[in-house]
Amino acid sequence: MWRYGRPALVLLLAGLAVGVPLWLVLVTSAKPQAEAIRPNLDPPAHWQPGANYEDAVAQGEMLRGLLNSLLVVVPSVVLVLILGAGAAWVFARRKSRLVSAAYALCISGLLLPPAVITIVMELRQLGLAGTRPGMIAVYTGMYLSTSIFFMTGFIRAIPMELEEAARIDGAKPFRIFARIVLPLLRPVIATATIMVMLYAWSDIFYAFFVLGGGDRATLPLNLYKVASAQLYLNNWHLVFAYVVVMSLPMVAVFLVGQRKIVSGITSGAVK
Amino acid sequence: MADTAVRTRKQAPTRGEPRRVGRLPRAAVHHPWWFALPAIVVFAGFFLVPNLLNFYYPFTNWSSYHADIAFTGLDNFTTIADDGTLVRAIRTTLLYALLAAVFQNAFGLVLALLLEDDTRFNRFFRAVFFLPVLISALATGYVFQALLDQDGAVNAVLGTDIPWLGSTTWTLVVVTLIHGWKWMGLSMLIYLAGLKGIPGDMLEAARMDGAGPWRTFWSVRWPMLAPALTFNVTTALIGSMNTFDIVQATTGGGPAASTEVFNIYMFRIFGQGLYAQASAMSLVLFLVVVAVAIPLVIGLRRREQLL
Repeated sequence: MWRYGRPALVLLLAGLAVGVPLWLVLVTSAKPQAEAIRPNLDPPAHWQPGANYEDAVAQGEMLRGLLNSLLVVVPSVVLVLILGAGAAWVFARRKSRLVSAAYALCISGLLLPPAVITIVMELRQLGLAGTRPGMIAVYTGMYLSTSIFFMTGFIRAIPMELEEAARIDGAKPFRIFARIVLPLLRPVIATATIMVMLYAWSDIFYAFFVLGGGDRATLPLNLYKVASAQLYLNNWHLVFAYVVVMSLPMVAVFLVGQRKIVSGITSGAVK
Repeated sequence: MADTAVRTRKQAPTRGEPRRVGRLPRAAVHHPWWFALPAIVVFAGFFLVPNLLNFYYPFTNWSSYHADIAFTGLDNFTTIADDGTLVRAIRTTLLYALLAAVFQNAFGLVLALLLEDDTRFNRFFRAVFFLPVLISALATGYVFQALLDQDGAVNAVLGTDIPWLGSTTWTLVVVTLIHGWKWMGLSMLIYLAGLKGIPGDMLEAARMDGAGPWRTFWSVRWPMLAPALTFNVTTALIGSMNTFDIVQATTGGGPAASTEVFNIYMFRIFGQGLYAQASAMSLVLFLVVVAVAIPLVIGLRRREQLL
């Protein structure tokens, strides 16, 4: 009985828990405003996804938001990965009290909340408040812990002999790092990339404090603005057009990296 | 999970490497510190320093109304304590974190057990249940606002008129259910990884001894899932104490401040220009997280070793 019961249950759960919200988003983003005022599950009587997305691009400054998001998130992810890998290598291979202390400190960000208000203070003093470098620095600082944690666990499982063999051939540390360690890190890099992207791409809280609104607003900040105008405009159709556009890049990243993400989580988090 | 943030037991050095090559210890030659330095500098500069500053600014009058910053002692804390915000925010946040962690883990574990076998069907549905993780929390909030609004889709389908997001008692539970829904895919993935790590001959042996599915679950699977549980519960609990987007998008902290968690309060008060007061709340959040995280990690690690 369970042989058929289990897939049936999975289908039911998927339909109710994921299918219904997804359906709501897709149909509402294709409805004209008059139909979308009271969001419901009816298919649109009049399909106009094109017009809605055009509106979202024009009114919601979607393209600028997209560009701003990319300009902040991509450098953050790259920095988190490169700096994190270097640190993780040292933390995984060296053994001393100082190393353990530095490691514990560097992954403390997994548990501790970032002090978002005083970050603003510090950035103002550094002249980085409201700028992209400031935002990148904050994201990098916040998410380094995640990548260091995953990568250190992963490197510990890589046999030292691989490095030693290269060393005997005369390779210097930088060469060993770039040619041996980094390529082996590929699965965990995929995991860290998606984790950091997940957080940074959808972050509005820290972006609000650091970037504010203005010219440099990222996609989530724009979505917030569009949705906050909701009270006066009743623009669910635009809100959901925005939701679709914001989610697609993440879905794409996930689909590309799916296999590696799972193996990275397996080896990094649960051992 | 070999390394949680707090180590409860010191690991004995496993490899006694002879230090003979050159004058420097081997490690310094082969794995030089400067590979770690940039990360340490950035982390210290943009994470640790603000957290240290957060032990000073709550005791000042820093706001958009003062040109200079002066020390004012405990004023900010007495303000938020006297108007009742402090206790309410602590209570709301802890309750939110607890419920969110329970829902997220329960959903995740059920999904992992349902989708355990590595079939094509299961792999597809794992991705389907991971979808909410990929959608931003803010967007998730708006989706559920549209679903649960009194004029929304759920009431339309059920033919009811329930104010899902308008109850001072139950809305917090509804919002934590949404939080659990959004993150269940990540818990599922980690539980799946844990299930995959259970040696096949162990399950085989249990079956040979005549254990049914329930017995196998409680005696073999569940204890072997301890590291996954530690990771999931810790990240879920700590992560949800830092929640913002879902609450902001669904209720904005309402009704009647019944869902006003720390970050919502900070967001609101910072917007009013009362920076030091927001910073005071941020310090309280920090202390509450520390007070929860350390016993939690130690307790769960000890449990892991017992099982």
